[in-house]
Amino acid sequence: MTREIVIKTEHLTKRFGDFIATNAISFEVYAGEIFGFLGANGAGKTTAMKMLCGLLTPSSGSASIAGFDIYKQSEKIKKSIGYMSQKFSLYEDLTTLENISFFGGIYGLSDAQIKSKSEKLIGQLGLQNEMKKLVGELPLGWKQKLAFSVAVLHDPKIVFLDEPTGGVDPVTRRQFWDLIYDAAARGITVFVTTHYMDEAEYCDRISMMVDGVMKELDTPQNLKSKYNTTSMDDVFFELARGAKRKAD
Amino acid sequence: MKQFLSFVRKEFYHVFRDKKTLLLLFGMPIAQILLFGFALTNEIKNSNIVICDYAKDVASQELTAKIEASNYFEIEKSLPNHRQIEKAFQSGKIKLAIIFPTNFGNDLWHGGKAQVQIIADASDPNTATTLTSYATQIIRDYEMSIRKTNAHNLQISAITRMIYNPELKGTTNFVPGVMALVLMLICVLMTSASIVREKENGTMEILLVSPFSPLLAVTAKAVPYFILSLVNLTVILLLSVFLLDMPIKGSILLLFFESSILILTALSLGLLISNSTNSQQAAMLISLMGLLLPVMIFTGFMFPLENMPRPLQLFSNLVPSKWYYIIVKNVMIKGLGLRSVWKETLILMGMATFLLILSIKKFKTRLS
Repeated sequence: MTREIVIKTEHLTKRFGDFIATNAISFEVYAGEIFGFLGANGAGKTTAMKMLCGLLTPSSGSASIAGFDIYKQSEKIKKSIGYMSQKFSLYEDLTTLENISFFGGIYGLSDAQIKSKSEKLIGQLGLQNEMKKLVGELPLGWKQKLAFSVAVLHDPKIVFLDEPTGGVDPVTRRQFWDLIYDAAARGITVFVTTHYMDEAEYCDRISMMVDGVMKELDTPQNLKSKYNTTSMDDVFFELARGAKRKAD
Repeated sequence: MKQFLSFVRKEFYHVFRDKKTLLLLFGMPIAQILLFGFALTNEIKNSNIVICDYAKDVASQELTAKIEASNYFEIEKSLPNHRQIEKAFQSGKIKLAIIFPTNFGNDLWHGGKAQVQIIADASDPNTATTLTSYATQIIRDYEMSIRKTNAHNLQISAITRMIYNPELKGTTNFVPGVMALVLMLICVLMTSASIVREKENGTMEILLVSPFSPLLAVTAKAVPYFILSLVNLTVILLLSVFLLDMPIKGSILLLFFESSILILTALSLGLLISNSTNSQQAAMLISLMGLLLPVMIFTGFMFPLENMPRPLQLFSNLVPSKWYYIIVKNVMIKGLGLRSVWKETLILMGMATFLLILSIKKFKTRLS
């Protein structure tokens, strides 16, 4: 059985002066997969993700996203992806509804689509009483869930999540992952970076970045047996121990 | 278009929910108009004056006593000769001189008509006008009081002379000046801050990842400020017409057209600044420090450009508000049409085009 490949990179490299943030990484991500992108701080995860999203131009190497070339077809890529950054990134001075219709609007959804989608989304997140509140007044957990829902509002092929659950309590993290599973079930490929090893277990496959290089890429199960351990924490320590770069 | 409209709507939300900024936006022009309009022309007390009394008769001394009794004037000294007046003015100590001719009392009592001369230092036109009118008022009062006890047709006419700046340049100049200042500052400040805010909040990344064109985003950001600036302009014009009694002699349409060019120039400048900074504070600081002083000094409404050294005069040509100021003065105060300001208009348009192209070229569609 051949699976559809939605992300394919070959020797993707980004240099900042002498510093090689991401060093010739090559990997493939399949459609509908939840792909965990792990690594210590400063290992080059965010840089790699920004290249894939079109926020940074690679120094060398190639990549295609949803079948489009990242150098030549960035406009088409933008229509097929969603992105949620490390920083919380909705407008705090807009209400929940206004944020939804703004992002729906710039992705070219029609008024009718925006209306039906925001009703569904509000119902799903249980935000009925908060839809006319300013987003700045919501608790962090709700903001993150809302940001994720907005990132997948236009049904992208792939959604990129950069440490989406940072600073969020365990219960909310669990709910957040329910949303991720839900999106994956709808066929959206999820590309997620995280520092939480329990979250790594939720992924279909994970990759480990060390010093800008991709050291491992496999299912959590296989990695654990390869390193002869029962926890992802040990796998992470084993790999990250060899890192020369200091975490920032 | 639909995308663009949702963006513009979002920008309006930002503007209207940020109450402090909104207050600044509308408070600033009103405060400026009131400050410039009234702070400078408000009561001026205890100004030093000199009196040159050739008559030395009852009438001239009564009038002198009245002048001295008022709160407005302090008589520095009495000069025996009017030739010394010039010197007194040059020392900068006195603001006004009053001269009674030799036959003052004689003319008044026998001819029924006398003259008194008032000379004012008009290098500060507002003060000069105010002091002159105080002096004239005192003379009027005296005239009234002697009419009661004497003949009803006695008349003292005050002949006013402004020296150093006979046209009183500067009195009405501040309204066009405030217009230039407010439009420049608000537009530059607001656009740069609003774009940099997206960078700070991390929403810029989200916008860059979206299929929405960054150029359209920038345009959408400019729309609310463009409209608000026109509202501001209207407020300034209304205030100056109804509060300061300063009529608009030329075409209002032309005035708005020229203002739109200045607004466009300022918006482009704001965009340019936002490209080179990453924090709102830095953007504000650059806009304020880099703009406030040059605009105040080189627009020409506070300090006359004609008196500046040549290099500074040349530099002032680079300040867009200088050209706008010339245009507005001509249109608003002198009532001239486009035909007489086409050169300045072209220069301003050139600046707008240059800055717009530069800022669009420098606008980063990717992070780096």
